[in-house]
Amino acid sequence: MLITCPYCGPRNVSEYTYQGDGNRTRPDPASTDQAAWNEYVYDRLNPAGDHHEIWQHSGGCRAHLRVTRNTLTHVVTEVSFARDAGHRKSERHRKPGAHA
Amino acid sequence: MAEYSAFSLLKNALNGNRDWKQAWRKPDPKPSYEVIVVGGGGHGLATAYYLAREHGIANVAVLEKGWLGSGNVGRNTTAVRSNYLLPQNSRFYEHSMKLWENLSHELNYNVMFSQRGCLNLAHTPGQLDDYARRGNAMRHEGIDAELMTPAQIERLVPGLDMSASARFPIIGGLMQRRAGTARHDAVAWGYARAADRRGVDIIENCEVTGFLRDGDRVVGVTTTRGEIRASKVAVAVAGHTGHVMKLAGIERLPIESHVLQAFVSESLKPFLHTVITFGMGHFYASQSDKGGLIYGGDLDGYNSYAQRGSLPVMEDVMSEMLALFPSLARVRVLRSWGGVCDMSMDGSPIITTGPLPGMYLNAGWCYGGFKATPASGWCFAHTIARDEPHEFNAAFTLDRFHRGILIDDKGQGSTPRLH
Repeated sequence: MLITCPYCGPRNVSEYTYQGDGNRTRPDPASTDQAAWNEYVYDRLNPAGDHHEIWQHSGGCRAHLRVTRNTLTHVVTEVSFARDAGHRKSERHRKPGAHA
Repeated sequence: MAEYSAFSLLKNALNGNRDWKQAWRKPDPKPSYEVIVVGGGGHGLATAYYLAREHGIANVAVLEKGWLGSGNVGRNTTAVRSNYLLPQNSRFYEHSMKLWENLSHELNYNVMFSQRGCLNLAHTPGQLDDYARRGNAMRHEGIDAELMTPAQIERLVPGLDMSASARFPIIGGLMQRRAGTARHDAVAWGYARAADRRGVDIIENCEVTGFLRDGDRVVGVTTTRGEIRASKVAVAVAGHTGHVMKLAGIERLPIESHVLQAFVSESLKPFLHTVITFGMGHFYASQSDKGGLIYGGDLDGYNSYAQRGSLPVMEDVMSEMLALFPSLARVRVLRSWGGVCDMSMDGSPIITTGPLPGMYLNAGWCYGGFKATPASGWCFAHTIARDEPHEFNAAFTLDRFHRGILIDDKGQGSTPRLH
């Protein structure tokens, strides 16, 4: 299986670390909504077909990537930097000194 | 008289094998049944068998989308054990072990259950302590377990690299002598024949395409062979739980489907007389009666329904095998394959009523479903027949994740690829 890193180009899957399902939205850390946390931690869409997921190019540029991959064929159709898909408004809450 | 016996073998051999009965019928689906079991794998067939045998419910259909035994029951590495730490798991798997011990006799079908033992190797003092704790927990539940010294291990498994210069020297191990292996196809065929003889309809090439609803209640299924109604619909589809349950409108479950690879080597003279597991990685092996090594390792580690994996994991598995058995370096792999595993969020299964009225769910077997086959069917049948779980599966609920009562034997948290 090959994943094409936007920085490094096509690389073997062994260079990457799977960070899991990318369909989940982490609740606000201050949230005490138990149902939302439970859903985030335990529940998965687990589709047979296109799956949004997060990979890290841990053996390369170390960027976190948002990947669309088909779970029936393993064909990767889309790769982008995960940070580009993040919520821009969260920048307002970023700790002083933190960078993208 | 039993159908299969030394006498019937001899008689049919002399007769040119003309008089054997078909092992199970090929019935067309009836319009309705009392219970429909979706999934004709080991667990589904065992469920149907125990429904008929233990609860007198024989008006049952088992629906299988392919041919019988084409899924995980024919894709596993055949190990049977009950060496768990947590009591919810060890009681359930020990019940399974007891059913295994009498299974060939009960089904009048030789499932070739061979109690050759399962040895977990330890490579660090901390790991050996951990094994001692697990062994004690097992013995506390009445399950056999013993710690082995390097000298005992060397005698039992002569091919192992026991030298101090090994990459991960072996300093001991935890042995369950009653563990072993069984012929996986025979388990499917044995349960199928036994269920069929009790009146269960096993319907192959019949894929479920949707669920019939009456309000909230599930009242049947639509299939590639027409509509079939039933007052109870039980789902036992292992790796395919996600998309089958989506047909019923259940979008999210605490399950991810992952691919696990397995391998068989060319035949070798008998040298490995037990099931053996490597402690410094994930590798397990046994030797079949034909002489081939049956072995495997970790999941590939990403969501997959593809029934095939990729090469890096294959390389890992081979390197782990050579760390234990350097002499196997030139042995050739005969074949490899992948199976789809329904990895639950705590590594333990789900056998429960619901999640919809009229529905029953059996899932989350991770990569340990084969050894559970008898107890899974036995407990699922009890749950379906009585509308409440048996004490052996009472803890295996679906809502335990949201209620915070997980059964995490390995202590990995909700990272399914690590269980």
